[in-house]
Amino acid sequence: MLRLERRAEASAVMSYASPLLAIILMLIGGLILFSALGKDPIEGFRIFFISPLSDIYGVAELFLKATPLMLVAIGLAVGFRANIWNIGAEGQYIMGGVAASAVALYFYESEGPHILFLMVVAGGIGGMLWASVPAFLKTRFNTNEILVSLMLVYVAQLAVSWLVHGPMMDPEGFNFPQSRMFEESALLPMLVEGTRLNAAFLFALSALVVGYIFMYRSFFGFQMQVAGYAKDAARYAGFSAKRMIWIGLLSGGGMAGIAGMSEVAGPMGQLTEHVSNNYGFAGIIVAFVARLNPVGIFFASLLMALLYLGGEQAQQYMNLPSSISNVFQGMLLLFLLGSDVFINYRLKWKNS
Amino acid sequence: MSILESILFETIVAGTPLIIVALGQLIAEKAGVLNLGAEGMMAMGAIAGFAVTFHTGNPWLGVLAGMVAGALMSFLFAFVVLTLMANQVASGLALSIFGVGLSAFIGKPYESEILATVPTWRIPLLADIPIIGGPIFNQQPLIYLSWAIFGGIAWFLYKSRPGLLLRAVGESPSSAHSIGYPVIRIRYMATLFGGAMAGIGGSFLSVFYTPLWVEGMVAGRGWIAIALVVFATWRPFRVMVGAYLFGGVMVAQLFVQGSGLEINIPSQFLSALPYLATIIVLVIISRDQNTVRLNAPVSLGQPYRPDA
Amino acid sequence: MVIKNKLAKTLVTTALVAVASLFSATSMAAENVGFVYVSPIGDAGWTYQHDLGRLQMEKATGVTTKYVENVPEGPDAERVIREMAKRGDKVIFATSFGYMNPMLKVSKQFPNTAFVHATGYKMGKNMGLYNARFYEGRYLTGVIAGEMTKSNVLGYVAAFPIPEVLQGINAFIQGARSVNPKAELRVIWVNSWFDPGKERQASLTLMSQDADVITHHTDSTAVVQAAEEKGKYAFGYHSDMSKYGSKAHLTATTHHWGNYYTKVVKAAMSGNWKPENIWGGYKEGMIALAPLNPAIPAELQSRIASMEKQIAAGTLHPFKGPVVDQDGKTRVAAGQTMSDGDLSGMDYYVQGVVSKLAK
Repeated sequence: MLRLERRAEASAVMSYASPLLAIILMLIGGLILFSALGKDPIEGFRIFFISPLSDIYGVAELFLKATPLMLVAIGLAVGFRANIWNIGAEGQYIMGGVAASAVALYFYESEGPHILFLMVVAGGIGGMLWASVPAFLKTRFNTNEILVSLMLVYVAQLAVSWLVHGPMMDPEGFNFPQSRMFEESALLPMLVEGTRLNAAFLFALSALVVGYIFMYRSFFGFQMQVAGYAKDAARYAGFSAKRMIWIGLLSGGGMAGIAGMSEVAGPMGQLTEHVSNNYGFAGIIVAFVARLNPVGIFFASLLMALLYLGGEQAQQYMNLPSSISNVFQGMLLLFLLGSDVFINYRLKWKNS
Repeated sequence: MSILESILFETIVAGTPLIIVALGQLIAEKAGVLNLGAEGMMAMGAIAGFAVTFHTGNPWLGVLAGMVAGALMSFLFAFVVLTLMANQVASGLALSIFGVGLSAFIGKPYESEILATVPTWRIPLLADIPIIGGPIFNQQPLIYLSWAIFGGIAWFLYKSRPGLLLRAVGESPSSAHSIGYPVIRIRYMATLFGGAMAGIGGSFLSVFYTPLWVEGMVAGRGWIAIALVVFATWRPFRVMVGAYLFGGVMVAQLFVQGSGLEINIPSQFLSALPYLATIIVLVIISRDQNTVRLNAPVSLGQPYRPDA
Repeated sequence: MVIKNKLAKTLVTTALVAVASLFSATSMAAENVGFVYVSPIGDAGWTYQHDLGRLQMEKATGVTTKYVENVPEGPDAERVIREMAKRGDKVIFATSFGYMNPMLKVSKQFPNTAFVHATGYKMGKNMGLYNARFYEGRYLTGVIAGEMTKSNVLGYVAAFPIPEVLQGINAFIQGARSVNPKAELRVIWVNSWFDPGKERQASLTLMSQDADVITHHTDSTAVVQAAEEKGKYAFGYHSDMSKYGSKAHLTATTHHWGNYYTKVVKAAMSGNWKPENIWGGYKEGMIALAPLNPAIPAELQSRIASMEKQIAAGTLHPFKGPVVDQDGKTRVAAGQTMSDGDLSGMDYYVQGVVSKLAK
């Protein structure tokens, strides 16, 4: 019988080979799927993975779509490495967007760079406040942060729905549930002329760099890593568990909040109920696909973004329904998550 | 039917899919497996149930198909997280995306089809009890099934040896393993059971409840079921109560609106109540270590691999 | 041999390049029209009706159309619309409110493309608007409801209290009360455009509160199915939903976009398109009733037929004064009709609605 056996140490080869394995599996899966639908698989792959990137605008869109994913994933990874499971980034993202929008609307019809600056700050604080609830409850009452942060996602969704139907609704918008359009002074500057890629992409890149330094070059990052591997050892060494919980949750919340800000002050330019396209949840998947590594997060975000864009293309040029990109996404992610096992384990024949 | 009877009737109907799905998740979670893919498994159960009922004309075969579809989905999940030891949260989210997409995809040809309504089963004598008789004992058969599942699970968890085993695995997989219990196999079975129940819950929506198939018809009920398990502090009876409470809040909201009473509470606030209540319940049960141990499965969400 | 081999290679390469260029050529050269849909097309409902219109227009004009369904209302819509404009689609139709701002943005970057947006209120140099006077159909279904009800209680399942939905609700009860002053209307908001389970529940609630004729402004067929099951009457919306309830389904206010799409596309092809704000109704053929159920008495059927003509001719207006709101305030004085501006800002219930709007 085939069995998994633990390797003496993690395989460096497999840590690079496992994503390749996942991609090969997905290609096989895609081949079967496209053939079953009577579509040419090669054409399918071309449309899904290459045609979205056929010009500068397409590439810019890819980065734009990946920006919130990078922000969310890097913030979450900090906590995940210490086994702090914040899965409510979706809610923190929404609250960051709400807080940033409140600033933009408060300064409606006024000018100055302070507006954008305050929006970034408000976005981060909004996300952190939402994340501080599970952090407080965890440190004070030992409440499970997975569940609290998840419940708060629903609350945030309902809160934004109430806000855009009520206090933050555009007074000249014929009762449609949305805020005013932000003024120029509350919109992020563009990076590339003629595209929608904005300064938030730079936030994301710097967040990845800072995240990298924190995780691999700082003592506290080291502590959190140790805590993730061996709780008891960390306690023995006198590392403060409470501080880790706070840092783990607040970094996720703050980054998710800034991601929310970058969406309202970027491509949306206003607050609506659709402020999040599940970026908070997608960011969790990205973080794990990337194995909580900042470089990995960069690539995993791009891949995830490409799957979204490819799905749109497949609809237009292959007449596939929108659900196909979900099927594809789910498949690839499960393959990616599953094939990581070979880093620490190997397959072996055993007679049992 | 009087207004009161209708409210009761509707509450029971609205709570039923939540009960079935949440009880299944409860078993999986008791074994330490957190599967956030309930929404996807329900969607697959809904389309499988609908398609089979449509072709065979037999709603029970539909429920069976939903059950199998849900179990297959959870098998995929179980393989990834139990055999390949991937992270449960991320894999569950991926399963959700996959299931919702696949169900929509498979379901395209069925979007225009309709099923006959499954008649209610009237239980003689009991259904004649004033006020509660009609709503409780003149219901669609799957509602009685949900009570049977409840009874079965309550007995299994607290009165049977395998139930004890299951809980032991969720409490401490390593000690369960060291006394010689097959931790992974037990977790597999619990996860499959959870998937099967999610599938039945999904088929309830498409075969008994609406009855129709449309993309996205699960509309977040899988997530509510996950919340419900926590709200119920992993106890079957509280799952029942919670499901009817969740359902009841929604139904009552509709009745108040229709009646023309003026309520100046935003509907979003009412809808948020169950989640806020769940958080409060969580705080209460986790205040000290003893109550936590009594309720929450300690190893929930954590991978386990015997290294022997 | 070497030369031959080289030659073969060159030939293959050239062929590949040719094929590739052929490929990109086919997707660029045809006269394309793009559609952006908010939900999957499905078998009935808002998007389904737009897709019927698309198919009708495709047939009538010979253009090729492409669509993307299930596009989220937000930044993703901008990319989808832009992709359509970039590849040279002559006309782009965006069929949901949330596409307004993204479309306006894209329209400024592609001045030679015709952008047309449904249900919004912002126009541009090359962006037109269209919408239909759904309330005209609602008024007629209200008349039928007023005549057919025995309990004098009508029910309405609705999504969000935006003006378009309120117009429908108010027109419905205005119609009912024009023939049956005792009629009253109960409204339940389900806070979702699409949740068949909740829509069904709201219908059952309304019927248990004595409503015997119900309708909905949401996007599934659940309301009609629930009425069929309980032996009550219902009106479909968007699409003819009679197959979901042959006994219950009295008729439906249906949307017809095909003629309008054909007109716009033809104008754009000949270079004569100009942005307009079209709010069409019976007169323009955008609104019609589905075939009436035989359960409706012949006399009423013929009365409805003549009212349809009057609405088309402009002699009958659903919001002809006096229109009095729930709090007793006169919104339209006797002898006048409501202006389009007032219609599109509607944020109240008229008399006859029992439910209250949350403030």
